[in-house]
Amino acid sequence: MIIQLAYVVSAALFIFGLKLLGSAATARKGNLMSSVGMLVAIVAALLDKGIVEYQWIIAGVLVGGAIGAAAARLVQMTSMPEMVALFNGFGGMASLLVGAAALSTATNTFTLVTIVLSILIGGLTFTGSLIAWGKLSETIGSGAVMFRGQQIVNSLIVLAILASAVMFCLQPENPTWLYAVIGLSLLFGIMAVIPIGGADMPVVISLLNSYSGLAACAAGFAVNNNILIVAGSLVGASGIILTKIMCKAMNRSLSNVLFSGFGSVSTEETEIEGEIKPISVEDAYYVLEAASSVAIIPGYGMAVAQAQHVVKELTELLEKRGTEVNFGIHPVAGRMPGHMNVLLAEADVPYDQLLEMDDINPRMETVDVAIVIGANDVVNPAARDVQSSPIYGMPVINVDSARTVFVLKRSMASGFAGIENPLFYKENTRMLFGDAKESIGGLIRELSGS
Amino acid sequence: MEAVFLTFILMLSIFLGFELINKVPATLHTPLMSGANAISGITVVGAVSLAGTGQHDLANWLGAGAVALATINVVGGYLVTDRMLAMFKKKGG
Repeated sequence: MIIQLAYVVSAALFIFGLKLLGSAATARKGNLMSSVGMLVAIVAALLDKGIVEYQWIIAGVLVGGAIGAAAARLVQMTSMPEMVALFNGFGGMASLLVGAAALSTATNTFTLVTIVLSILIGGLTFTGSLIAWGKLSETIGSGAVMFRGQQIVNSLIVLAILASAVMFCLQPENPTWLYAVIGLSLLFGIMAVIPIGGADMPVVISLLNSYSGLAACAAGFAVNNNILIVAGSLVGASGIILTKIMCKAMNRSLSNVLFSGFGSVSTEETEIEGEIKPISVEDAYYVLEAASSVAIIPGYGMAVAQAQHVVKELTELLEKRGTEVNFGIHPVAGRMPGHMNVLLAEADVPYDQLLEMDDINPRMETVDVAIVIGANDVVNPAARDVQSSPIYGMPVINVDSARTVFVLKRSMASGFAGIENPLFYKENTRMLFGDAKESIGGLIRELSGS
Repeated sequence: MEAVFLTFILMLSIFLGFELINKVPATLHTPLMSGANAISGITVVGAVSLAGTGQHDLANWLGAGAVALATINVVGGYLVTDRMLAMFKKKGG
């Protein structure tokens, strides 16, 4: 009874914690509240009369706690997507293990069905997340892996999963079906994520995040525990919403992201008028010096070049001269939702300077200089104008309506999607070639030297 | 009956989750995800009851493994979220 009441308190704390996450000013308190909720739930669970031995629990907590604490302290902000991917995987695996362990006490078919679900979702979350982690950290190639008959192979795996799941529920005493479900779900996780390219990772991480919650939910049904269901479904809902936002920001349906392997889309040849106009750091400085309003649009390239700190320095110098500086953040910039915001927050850029796409676009016409740092597809005007473009219809930041656009870019190679960007050929665009960090460093030297 | 009751809880919490998460601004989406990672570590609650039954069988081992993995999520998730949120500052603040 006391245990159940403690779970109610813990659920309330989770909910209130998430509510406080609705504003940057209260978010930290919300996270603390949520962690107190977790502590209450764990303490309550330890009071359970069924527990007679604590050494395995303590060992597990110590090992897991040490690894978790070390990871949280050491991880670089640029590597947050990898860390979240790995953690999604751990959550999935934990649910798989709980499902499998609950088998020894399962009595009815409903419990068996929920055990299968927690093993299935947990298993595919685990291997899917490991593949996502591999792609994000470039441990394995980040491109889409496609082969002939892929859809057929995947359909066969799904059928096999369904068949063994049904057989498992009918013959729970035969371990063959359990192993089959585990093995097939692990295999399916791999098969489901390999055809998805690096640029689509924000969607995949969000979806796996959701699955890790749903797996916890299924495990909650398997061991008959309310708090697992409540917390698991909160996480599941969160992941689904983020997935939806990411898909909308790319103007693609979820099934399109999951099954079509974006990298392999064949692009029609389109004539792009105009020519590339490179600019030197010195000339860029003269333009920047005269600007009264500057917008900075960061992309994954900023994270790769680790340029967020020099960007902040540039911002400070410009503001000292009375120039207004804002950041325009596209929802899918970076490799996970909100990635750019965290990098800029790490570099001490105040969050009220970070504008969402819908807030920055109406002001773009009054902006003197828009600086695009390591972003490509999210500022591609072809998404607006060229109907044959594979990204046509995707909402983009309209940097081309600013008076001048600087594009900081390593070379003329196209973005992940391999799509030509007409922005580079526009009348008001100047290309500042080279490493983003060095180019901005050069601008800073010019600005502080004068 | 138990099954219906649990499904009822599931339904309500999913709707509540949608309402709550929809209000989280895009700026905080990364901390939201790592915070969600931490919450999904709630599996630890299910795992401890399986790890401590005192019969040295497979369920114990699986439970202990689940405790370790879920604890990584709980501890790592909350700490890294806190580390991130501490960086978010208002102008002049």
